[in-house]
Amino acid sequence: MRQKVMFVMLALAMILLVRNLYTISMLPDEVNQGQIFRIIFFHLPAAIAAMLGSAVALVASVMFLWKRNFKYDALAVAVTEVGLAFLAVNLVTGSIWAHVIWGVWWAWDPRLTSALICWILYAGYLILRQSLEEPTQRATFAAVYSIFAFTDVPIVYFSIRWWRTIHPQPVFFSKNGSFPPDWSRALLINMVAIFLLYALLTMVRLRQEQTQREIDYLRRTVHAI
Amino acid sequence: MRFIRQVMVITAKDLRAEMRTKEAINASFAFAIVVLLILSFAFEPTEDTTREISGGLLWIVFLFAGTLILNRSFARELPNDCLDALIAAPVPGAALFLGKGLANFVLIFAVEIVALPVFGIFYNVRWARQFWALILVMVLGTWGLTAIGTVFGALTVNIRLREVMLPLLVYPIMIPILLGAMKLSTELVAGQPISGDLMVWLKLLFGFDIIFTALSLVLMDTVLLG
Repeated sequence: MRQKVMFVMLALAMILLVRNLYTISMLPDEVNQGQIFRIIFFHLPAAIAAMLGSAVALVASVMFLWKRNFKYDALAVAVTEVGLAFLAVNLVTGSIWAHVIWGVWWAWDPRLTSALICWILYAGYLILRQSLEEPTQRATFAAVYSIFAFTDVPIVYFSIRWWRTIHPQPVFFSKNGSFPPDWSRALLINMVAIFLLYALLTMVRLRQEQTQREIDYLRRTVHAI
Repeated sequence: MRFIRQVMVITAKDLRAEMRTKEAINASFAFAIVVLLILSFAFEPTEDTTREISGGLLWIVFLFAGTLILNRSFARELPNDCLDALIAAPVPGAALFLGKGLANFVLIFAVEIVALPVFGIFYNVRWARQFWALILVMVLGTWGLTAIGTVFGALTVNIRLREVMLPLLVYPIMIPILLGAMKLSTELVAGQPISGDLMVWLKLLFGFDIIFTALSLVLMDTVLLG
């Protein structure tokens, strides 16, 4: 059943993405930026997906500390790992865009810096997990770290509104957004596709984690005999 | 009342242990001087441009020196299984956190207070023009570093490569604190009062001190028993 759901999700995400590639390529160039503006159709959904992922990781971590069920720990790892990959997509696409528009690969702007901080924070989460052997201790400490790390995420979200920044202002969900309706539609569809992909990869990783635990359990049983 | 007494007992115990050996505080202060010396090669120490980044330099020194003290805080409890005794003692984790945290704060602040004039002499900076405001920023900044450092000191104490893991894990989490402290210190060392735009940074510092302290108080039990 679960496998079927995953295949359906994969197919749906692929159809949406391919269809959207066509739509996006048919859009006219943006007046000031030319071709490169199309990167936003991947840059923004990746960022939002990663940010939602960090929220899910927070909830899963709190739930683990509360219920002590390893299901939540597996969810936290899965969502963090995939989120890290999506944040990397966000940083890399942003960097490519900056190279074309600003003429530099990187600017130490609040928005960019805080996104990079988030990436390093959640990379630290994975390093912490790697250095702990005992499953209960690993899950507990990782959950504590994840809760602390999450305090940084709101800064990323608000930095663009609080501090003066050279990063473009939000075009979505804000009053002075200037996105034409058909662009917004393309962006929304892309967002759905990328969220599907995120959920799918998380499910794959989740299953891996569960299999790993089963193997550990069997190995321990064998040793006991 | 009982809680406050428990906190004070742990703080006094830690400070007494440190005062008898002086191992962490001496090493930390010596390290601060070494870092100040090395940073002087990276920048022309007496130029005006260096003064513009003085707050940053100062907090890098404080951070590195503080890490040594934070690393020792729980590692000191490992010989003779003192840590197990502390956890088994009828003291809540929150009291243990506050006790250890206060002791760490006193030690790190002592190193900072001594390192500050040395910094002023080496880098030819008249740092005392906004003395009390600078002290306020140092207290807020140092408490933020200490709160996070104390919890993660407890978390990393049994991990392989403890000395590396602590800074690796806590420096990114400390960034909001360091950012605020660096921005404010640079202006204060240059003689500017805290006003206008700078208030945002002070609020940031306050806000994160409260968030991190609250999180630490809640999660300390989990870390100790995990």
